[in-house]
Amino acid sequence: MSYDVIIGLEVHVQLQTQTKVFCGCSTAFNPQAPNTQTCPTCLGLPGALPVLNKKAFELAVQTAMGLNCEIPLFTKWDRKQYFYPDLPKGYQISQYDLPFSRNGHLDIPPATDGDTPIRVRILRAHLEEDAGKNLHDESGRGAGSMIDLNRAGTPLVEIVTEPDLRNAMSARRFLEELRLLLVYLGVSDCNMQEGSLRCDANVNLHVHGPDGTKIPTPIVEVKNLNSFRFTEQAIEFEVARQWEQYQKTGQTIHDAPKVTRGFDPDRGMTYALREKEEAADYRYFPDPDLVPVTVTEEQLSLWRSRLVESPASRRERFRQEYGLSLYDAQVILDQGVLFADYFEQVASQTKDGKQAANWLTQEVQRVLNDRRWTLTEFPFPAPALGHLLSLVSTKKITGKSAKDVFNLLVEGDEPEVVTSETIDATIAERGLALVEDTGAIDMAIADVIGRNPKAVQDFRSGKQAAAGALIGQVMKAVKGADPQSVRERLLKQLEG
Amino acid sequence: MSLSAKDVEKVARLARLRLNETDIEQYAAQLSQILDYAAILEAVETEGVEPMVHAIELANVWREDEILTSLPRQQALQNSPAQDGKHFVVPQILDAS
Amino acid sequence: MSSTAATPINQLSMSEQLQRLQNKAISSVELVDATLAAIETHDGSVGAFLQVYPEQARAQAASFDERRARGETVPSLAGLPIAIKDNMCRTGDTVTCASRMLHNYRPPYTAGAIERLERAGAIVVGRTNLDEFAMGSSGENSAVQLTRNPWDLERTPGGSSSGSAASVAARYVSGSLGSDTGGSIRQPAGLCGVVGLKPTYGRVSRYGLIAFASSLDQIGPLATDVTGAAILLEAISGHDPRDSTSVDVPVPSYSQLVQQPLAGLRVGFCPAHFSEGLDQEVAQTIRQALTLYRQLGAEVKEIALPHADYSVAAYYLIAPSEASSNLSRYDGIHYGYRSDKFENLADLYAASRGEGFGPEVKRRIMLGTYALSAGYYDQYYARALKVRRLIRRDYDEAFQEVDVIAGPVAPTTAFRLGEKNNDPLAMYLSDIYTIGTNLAGIPAISLPAGYSKSGLPIGLQLQGPAFEEIKLLQAAYMFEQAAGVLERKPGMVGG
Ligand SMILES: [Zn+2]
Repeated sequence: MSYDVIIGLEVHVQLQTQTKVFCGCSTAFNPQAPNTQTCPTCLGLPGALPVLNKKAFELAVQTAMGLNCEIPLFTKWDRKQYFYPDLPKGYQISQYDLPFSRNGHLDIPPATDGDTPIRVRILRAHLEEDAGKNLHDESGRGAGSMIDLNRAGTPLVEIVTEPDLRNAMSARRFLEELRLLLVYLGVSDCNMQEGSLRCDANVNLHVHGPDGTKIPTPIVEVKNLNSFRFTEQAIEFEVARQWEQYQKTGQTIHDAPKVTRGFDPDRGMTYALREKEEAADYRYFPDPDLVPVTVTEEQLSLWRSRLVESPASRRERFRQEYGLSLYDAQVILDQGVLFADYFEQVASQTKDGKQAANWLTQEVQRVLNDRRWTLTEFPFPAPALGHLLSLVSTKKITGKSAKDVFNLLVEGDEPEVVTSETIDATIAERGLALVEDTGAIDMAIADVIGRNPKAVQDFRSGKQAAAGALIGQVMKAVKGADPQSVRERLLKQLEG
Repeated sequence: MSLSAKDVEKVARLARLRLNETDIEQYAAQLSQILDYAAILEAVETEGVEPMVHAIELANVWREDEILTSLPRQQALQNSPAQDGKHFVVPQILDAS
Repeated sequence: MSSTAATPINQLSMSEQLQRLQNKAISSVELVDATLAAIETHDGSVGAFLQVYPEQARAQAASFDERRARGETVPSLAGLPIAIKDNMCRTGDTVTCASRMLHNYRPPYTAGAIERLERAGAIVVGRTNLDEFAMGSSGENSAVQLTRNPWDLERTPGGSSSGSAASVAARYVSGSLGSDTGGSIRQPAGLCGVVGLKPTYGRVSRYGLIAFASSLDQIGPLATDVTGAAILLEAISGHDPRDSTSVDVPVPSYSQLVQQPLAGLRVGFCPAHFSEGLDQEVAQTIRQALTLYRQLGAEVKEIALPHADYSVAAYYLIAPSEASSNLSRYDGIHYGYRSDKFENLADLYAASRGEGFGPEVKRRIMLGTYALSAGYYDQYYARALKVRRLIRRDYDEAFQEVDVIAGPVAPTTAFRLGEKNNDPLAMYLSDIYTIGTNLAGIPAISLPAGYSKSGLPIGLQLQGPAFEEIKLLQAAYMFEQAAGVLERKPGMVGG
């Protein structure tokens, strides 16, 4: 017997606004100062009212557009009602039957060149407010839980996928692609330590019956996975557990209701959450304190036209236009939108994507890492690097010299911004320009051969290494000669 | 529409209201009576009528994403029945409430 | 008896009080003192106030007096004592909603309407009693005290703005603020022989009004006369960006325009408002009012509100549904009453809410929770919202024909305290004439139209199109002048 794994994800993404979704309190992550970013509205005080943050709605729409969703022209807010200490109103303002977006998709990029992407359909994305945070007493003495409402009211987009994922690895790669997209769109910082991106995974199996039918097992929702690795681990654990369970009990989706489980990262295991006595009845109804949002087709096309290019589209262009491998393209994309922009500027200037990619992923990244610079602090603007690399490809300087120049110009605490002129001046100053006077080189070779009969003898008797010493002497004599060319001409004379 | 004591208990659980026996009995009778009366709405032809959620129907009411002063913590906590000077405090929370 | 020098100044109309303050015939301290003295004398028996702020009120009065003495320009209501219903927030106050749940609740902010009122110079002298969380029609659902009708202390002042109506009827103050979700300003105004106005939904900010049913609630004025209501309405109206449902339309100068005669007034009446259940004396008085309008040159014609009979049923599904949600926040965690009889968290909620809320509030939470619960939403809540739209359409059509619709406020005069205690449905049905207004979001005014043989006030209600409060006020003023109803006051204040 075998089975298919069926996975759907619900991802909660914190939007990058200054203020909360329905009040003017700051959304800054501030667990050190609990309950200092609250007001009557996000405390749920009697009489306080919500007013929608325009920016939150705009970022939510951009998110949905990035996910290729339809944006209906009418959307509204509903109350989802349940009691919990981190939910001060006794309801969460969310969206029920008319979310602001639905029916999109996000493709998981191929893992290696030659593979095809995997399409994951997006059922819907809706905007809602986050709850506060319960801090549990870890002492076990039952002293009680503490509640911090700083986070209460932070704007969240909940993205719900169709159950299109077939293994834990794809789920992880889907999340990675989603994070890349959200970061590129500038809608979220996706900081998982701060809880900006959280995931619930719905997992079950379709067991292949002997007659070719597929038997679905009960669905399990693993809640609150706050890292991609945990998501992958939790799903893997669940698949194994559910398969074992099925073999033991034969329970199908019709025999048991959907249950929720938590994940313990220390043990790498999921565990049952205490079941409620009755199925949740959230009593959704339209929030009378908030009015609907309507948009026009014109507004939507304007927003669409301003949308940042998606990582998927860039990845494809980097491969097509600049001839990068999937791996190199991904390395560059993973560094963020500024880095990718920088790459494109350099590559389009030098017309050599491979060279630009090598330089960016090696030299530039090394310096950025060593100096802890962001790209905006980096003193080498793209046109300057483009100039430097062009000098290499037109054989004006050697690759080694280019690296020397590069390292020289980024030295110091606060190096000056590099220009083409400073590069040229440095090359001239250091005499790094390649000498193209072949006559001078040939004379120097003849001179060196004349002065080193022993080495010439060794070479001719088969000691290839002896040429190295001779090349070194020629290079010393003719500063700025291209070592490749010196080598070629020397060998010719020795063999001639 | 007749509500049983069991129905009332279920609703009370959903609404987080502790009721005693007498309350439950009384509410069962009174809620049944009110819902019976509300059944007159079934006689109204509502085919194609949009539900009216708001008394005055507005759309697109926004605020700009600008930070306003939050309350000092002491004021945020001032009405809490139990607090530790920094947080609201509640009895140990189990997995589900 | 007209206002003579012998009339205590707290019993003067609002416009007279303001005029005397302005020309310094009286000081604000004198007026506040007269108010406090009247409260001291009579409120032991009336029970209108839950809290009075004597020191604060005198200090504010003294400050306005000084400013006036220095010749400073002061705002239009400077030094005028006003009572407010105890469901509106103000920093520093304790706001209870007459509930055990909020017995010690101190809001850290002030309601939009109260901000406007105070910016206009009015002095909040105290907080008035109400049915718990504004749920009720008699004041008897207050967890704190009974309020009695100044016309007959054995009778109800109506509700839920019981204390706001009684404090004006007893002439402690010339005006007060109430809130109206299904008639909670107009019905007590009617039973107490004062003027009460429920503004168009969105006319007055709800920010800081402790919600009962968000899509129906509206703050409005009560006053001894129509002009007073116009003055107060002008002070509290206007857009508030903190309330998404507040409407940004200009506020006419109600106080200036109220006394201008209306030419070509068309007054509608609806036969459904004269159906069974309406007290004969009340019906008679309303018919006389229509006759008076005819005599004043108005065109009086019959209009139809075909869905009026469904308004109570629709209302008692919509309002409790919203209430069940709005009142979820009272959980004993972040503020309000917390029971000490609990074993765990779920228990803490149920015990705190079970003990903190009174029977009527719990009844409505139960009803609303049921109406919104899985399997019943479409049958009850969604259907009620559709009927609501039909009710609104009826009004839209009627206002094609007429400027205002006249009718009774309540089916009877003030009933005896305790009379309807054990019959919630009967109590709900007494809201039949006022509820349609809230469902439709339109404005309506209640004003004294006459008195029963036993000397109890009978109220006339005028309903108007959205944002046409001025028409209501002008039509009401015409009637008030012609009917001579202002002459009578409750016996306890020397009427
Ligand atoms: Zn806030």
